[in-house]
Amino acid sequence: MKVIMSGNEATARGAYEGGARFASAYPGTPSTEILENMPQYGESVYSEWAPNEKVATEAAIGASIAGVRSFCAMKHVGMNVAADPIYTFAYTGVTGGFVMVVADDPGQHSSQNEQDNRNTAKSARLLMLEPSDSQESKDFMKKAFALSERFDMPVLFHVTTRTCHSKGIVELGEREEADVPDYEPKIRKYVTAPANAKVLRATLEDRVAAAREFSNNCEFNRVEMHSTKIGVITSGVSYQYARETFGEDASYLKLGLTFPLPDDLIKDFCSKVDKVYIVEEMDPYIEEHVKMLGIECTGKDVIPRYDELNTDIVRKAFLGVEPETYKSDLQTVVRPPALCAGCPHRGFFYALSKRKNLMITGDIGCYTLGSSAPLGAMHTTICMGASISQGHGASIALKDAGKDTKVVSVIGDSTFFHTGVNSLMDEVYNSGHNLTVILDNRITGMTGHQQNPGTGYTLMGKEAPEVDIPALCKAIGVKDENIITVNPNHLDEVNDALDKLLPKDEPCVLITRWPCVLKKFSKQDIDEFPTLHKTQCVIDQDKCKNCKMCVKTGCPALISTKEKVVVDYTSCNGCTVCKQVCPFKAIEEVTR
Amino acid sequence: MSEVKNILLVGVGGQGTILASKILTSGLMKAGYDVKMSEIHGMSQRGGSVSTQVRYGEKVYSPIVGKGSADVIVAFEEMEALRWLDHLKIGGTMVINDHQIQPVPVNLGNAEYPEGIIENLSKICDVHAFKAAEIATELGNPKAMNIVLLGALVKNMGGLDEIDWDAEIEANVKPKFVELNKKAFHAGYEL
Repeated sequence: MKVIMSGNEATARGAYEGGARFASAYPGTPSTEILENMPQYGESVYSEWAPNEKVATEAAIGASIAGVRSFCAMKHVGMNVAADPIYTFAYTGVTGGFVMVVADDPGQHSSQNEQDNRNTAKSARLLMLEPSDSQESKDFMKKAFALSERFDMPVLFHVTTRTCHSKGIVELGEREEADVPDYEPKIRKYVTAPANAKVLRATLEDRVAAAREFSNNCEFNRVEMHSTKIGVITSGVSYQYARETFGEDASYLKLGLTFPLPDDLIKDFCSKVDKVYIVEEMDPYIEEHVKMLGIECTGKDVIPRYDELNTDIVRKAFLGVEPETYKSDLQTVVRPPALCAGCPHRGFFYALSKRKNLMITGDIGCYTLGSSAPLGAMHTTICMGASISQGHGASIALKDAGKDTKVVSVIGDSTFFHTGVNSLMDEVYNSGHNLTVILDNRITGMTGHQQNPGTGYTLMGKEAPEVDIPALCKAIGVKDENIITVNPNHLDEVNDALDKLLPKDEPCVLITRWPCVLKKFSKQDIDEFPTLHKTQCVIDQDKCKNCKMCVKTGCPALISTKEKVVVDYTSCNGCTVCKQVCPFKAIEEVTR
Repeated sequence: MSEVKNILLVGVGGQGTILASKILTSGLMKAGYDVKMSEIHGMSQRGGSVSTQVRYGEKVYSPIVGKGSADVIVAFEEMEALRWLDHLKIGGTMVINDHQIQPVPVNLGNAEYPEGIIENLSKICDVHAFKAAEIATELGNPKAMNIVLLGALVKNMGGLDEIDWDAEIEANVKPKFVELNKKAFHAGYEL
């Protein structure tokens, strides 16, 4: 049967067809939909959201050691969090086939950096597969588990934003069940005490050598011979751009198994063509290897080392051709993303933005948009969980230097569970004094609403215990009187809490609790937040003085022109922050 | 059938191009074309500029529509039409929803929304502009705007009349909205 699937849907399907029985992930664009698509195979494959990528990887490793085919999935920076287990799991090898899906984001569509994790496969010595479209995502993923078992190596399944989020036609196959052996301890294989690990380190080189031999003659690496004037070596979605650029005016070595790289196949291909072009995104991963083999080639001297490729870039780089286009003399205005109308973060950030002499450390989530105009109430974003630990370091350093700048650390609920908890422990243990704010919007928001340990539900839709955030903070050692929970849509509540907590010289936690406005509300949400979406705001144009105070909340439901401000009723969700800031009481809340 | 055709649906996060592109790609696949579609998810959804790219033909490689190559661009918002103008093929058609959404810098008074986009573009390229939401509202629900635009897209692409679009709408839309969306499609097609 043929269906249209995104690369992520196809990867999930491939895992099902490949006999996977266990899957775990932390959501992260562009990888999120892989696990989101697993519950449909729930009778065959158990799947779950983990609090972070390290935990997800370790859970999947546990399943592999127990003998079942398993996988984990993450975005590229999640790979850094999971690096600790995977570098050592490379030594031990697998029992059930193991695949780590890592989704890089060339062009940083939705990421804080652009790292090429093909280098990780090489550095950790993981078999690496790189599909170039949805069909290959399904086919390669299906075969990855047996490959992992054959070479006793974990597989890094390397995909990118374009392969993840592009859709194409996929021919489906049947599931292949893999036998699960009875458990037997393999202490020398899995206890990586130095005496065992040194032995494993040596055998890893043998496993890599065997895999390299295989890579020279395997179904994942393919030669397409046409004109021999140009030979293109490429992998992943870059193959598609190269194929479209050169057509049959070039021959192709299309690589799908890219660690270990096939030395003999590369040498043989290059000997048959006049000149060699390497087409790859980000780092010169293939190019450096080809050059190391002593083969002259052209790659990153004409293709950019960063950003996403496309056919236009490849065509311009190698053929010097640019398309003819229409041009207008009108200028567009940038359209940056903004916190949604009714977003519960707006009220909090608005109140915080009015405070002076603050350093505000931030984190990864929709609420990173609190840094944008007009709010400007976040000063740093580095990585998941960093807000609290950075804030701790900064507050200690500022105080020691005799400065009176207060530090506020802002983090979302899911990010707090991810790695923020450890940071709060650091702050409390070491007598820090930054104010931690946990924006609890009852869901993992930015990646499109995934359940997490605080929401009361699992990936597979089962009810689950909820983490009690105030109780957790208390257990870490924050004093009861220093933990305050507020409704962030009520500016008075937020301001009262800031007044109480900002002057304190000890660890404090402010929790804002209100659901993401785009969330599909659970029964518990409707019970706890009965006024959700029940009202809207209207501006009484007779009372409005067009002072624009409401517009300074940054709400996209307020449409401001020179003459007046009006509410877009299709977007307003009745958070009433605009009403609260209006100095002329011109905004009213009405029933929807 | 050998030449690859390119379509861009552009707009603002939250305008909902997904259903329209789903119906489109499903119809194209059943007609025997190779189809690829690409869209970017994530932070840009929060009110930023978004695009859905659809390519079809006998064999499609890249999922991305290049500059100067779109046969039809459907802009759900005026300024997004302007933003993507350089992707329109010379001789291609721009279908524009006569509707403006102010970006944050304009709302804050830090920038001005460009005036006269439709008139400007009409002088440059083939433009079909209309108020899709008004047409959908007359049919019973402004949310059917996407399908009005889809109808206009299919008409302007040409060569897609043999596809049973009513059947695709039935397969992809909740039963109670099927009739509305069929009407919306035909209204867009007749424009």
